[in-house]
Amino acid sequence: MTALVRLQGVTCAYDRTLVLVDADLDVGEGDFIGVVGPSGSGKTTMLRALLGAVRPQRGRVWRRPGLTVGYVPQIETVNWNFPVTVLETVLMARTAGRRLPWPSQAERREAGAVLARLGLAGLGQRHIRELSGGQQQRVFIARALLQEPQLLLLDEPTAGVDVRTRHEVLHLLADLNAGGLAILLTTHDLNGMAAHLPHVVCLNTEITGAGPPEVVLTPEILERTYGAPMDVIEHGGMRVVLDRPAAAGDNVVRLRQRGTA
Amino acid sequence: MQTLLEPFSFGFFRHGIIVATLAGALCGLVGVYVVLRGMSYIGHGLSHAIFGGAAASAVINVNFYLGAGLWGLASALLIGRVTRRRIIGSDAAIGVITTTSFALGLVLFGFFGVARKSVDAVLFGSILGVSVADVWIVAAVTTATAAVVFLRYRALLFVTFDPEVADVSGVDVARIDALLMLMLAVSILVTMKVIGVVLIAAMLVIPPVVARMLTSSFFRMLWLSVVIGALCGFVGMYLSYHLDVSSGATIVLVGGILFGTVFAATGPRGLRRAAGLEGHAGVAATGADHLAG
Repeated sequence: MTALVRLQGVTCAYDRTLVLVDADLDVGEGDFIGVVGPSGSGKTTMLRALLGAVRPQRGRVWRRPGLTVGYVPQIETVNWNFPVTVLETVLMARTAGRRLPWPSQAERREAGAVLARLGLAGLGQRHIRELSGGQQQRVFIARALLQEPQLLLLDEPTAGVDVRTRHEVLHLLADLNAGGLAILLTTHDLNGMAAHLPHVVCLNTEITGAGPPEVVLTPEILERTYGAPMDVIEHGGMRVVLDRPAAAGDNVVRLRQRGTA
Repeated sequence: MQTLLEPFSFGFFRHGIIVATLAGALCGLVGVYVVLRGMSYIGHGLSHAIFGGAAASAVINVNFYLGAGLWGLASALLIGRVTRRRIIGSDAAIGVITTTSFALGLVLFGFFGVARKSVDAVLFGSILGVSVADVWIVAAVTTATAAVVFLRYRALLFVTFDPEVADVSGVDVARIDALLMLMLAVSILVTMKVIGVVLIAAMLVIPPVVARMLTSSFFRMLWLSVVIGALCGFVGMYLSYHLDVSSGATIVLVGGILFGTVFAATGPRGLRRAAGLEGHAGVAATGADHLAG
């Protein structure tokens, strides 16, 4: 496997608060990696380090020379009232180094091809808010793909979306990965997202585990990652993570018993 | 008919209406970015800060554009410096520094016995203060700003919509932010004589908001805002002559009436679009910081 980007002992801090400590990670051609961890565990900082948007306090970020990285932000951070159409959004990928305001014929053709590939043909003139959740996510993936990246980074691509949209996004990403695109995403969703990926990295400021879901999604690693006991069961050949039921005498149990009495 | 065309027979009116139309178009153009980035407050603050510079320039007999321009730049730098210390927020820093500068302008005008009418002209705009040189300066700034927007259209759009992704996509966000702040400061400076310090912020906001109520495309919003701004400038200046009131007030009033008309015509849909133009407090600080840096 040829590495596209590599973190070597990377430590990042904001205002002297360590948010990522001594992280080692290789992302190679064709990889499909999910980074999981609780809020504030350093997932977004790891993405930003891979993008080169944050300078590590210690360690080194190596990128293959000439590497193009596409980035899809959390769609929850998008200003949906901004006056911009689907085509205008996707064409933002062609900004650096361009002088003329309007897209060339070739740019229009390429944007149209990416939109068609992601099932958004004919929606170019729609305002971004006039789309379904899955379509909205695909617009931002289309923008990243128009940069013709070798690596696609996505920050919480399924945060705040319904089950159907989550399936759509997961299948789309699987198809893109099957076509040779390396993908790394962050997610909170252990069962709906991480358990379906070939490689999972557990993060809680430090990397607590890395490998296939069947190796990483264990009660021990999850407790180290989330700081709370969790159970893992097998269902249909897949790992399913469950919150451990509260112990007898726990307030939650008492509340439930009172409710059913 | 003769009464309607009468003002155009006066040179001062012709200069005034050209400058007002260009000023409206310029404010409409820059205002789109100001409104979409939630920078309305910094536009309002900068115009007040520049008033102090205008007063100081008049007192020490320095060219208005040079004195007021340097003063405005110094105010923006100071806002950036105070904000960076993180003791007070950027909105408070803008409030303190720009109103202090504004108050200083009033004191200087009062202390050196500048006529009340001259102060009113700076505050609310006047057609009488417009010279041929002003026409050329406003025309040059409008052309230069339009050229910058043309050549940096894609970068300005990307940075305004999604600065984080623009940054990691190879766009120099800090440079674009600084460029926008410079365009804003210069626009305020050159349009101040016609629109006035107090009302200039309204002309940075009304045309883009009306345009936003009419379209959901950025490109259409941009040119519509320019046309609406120019229309407000032209009609407002014309009414100002016949009503014998300050030009800034009539220009802004025309904008207000246009807003009401479009609001009535587009109904809740237009209002919903405009409702999305709420400010993002952090952006004002970012702009000031970049100018300071």
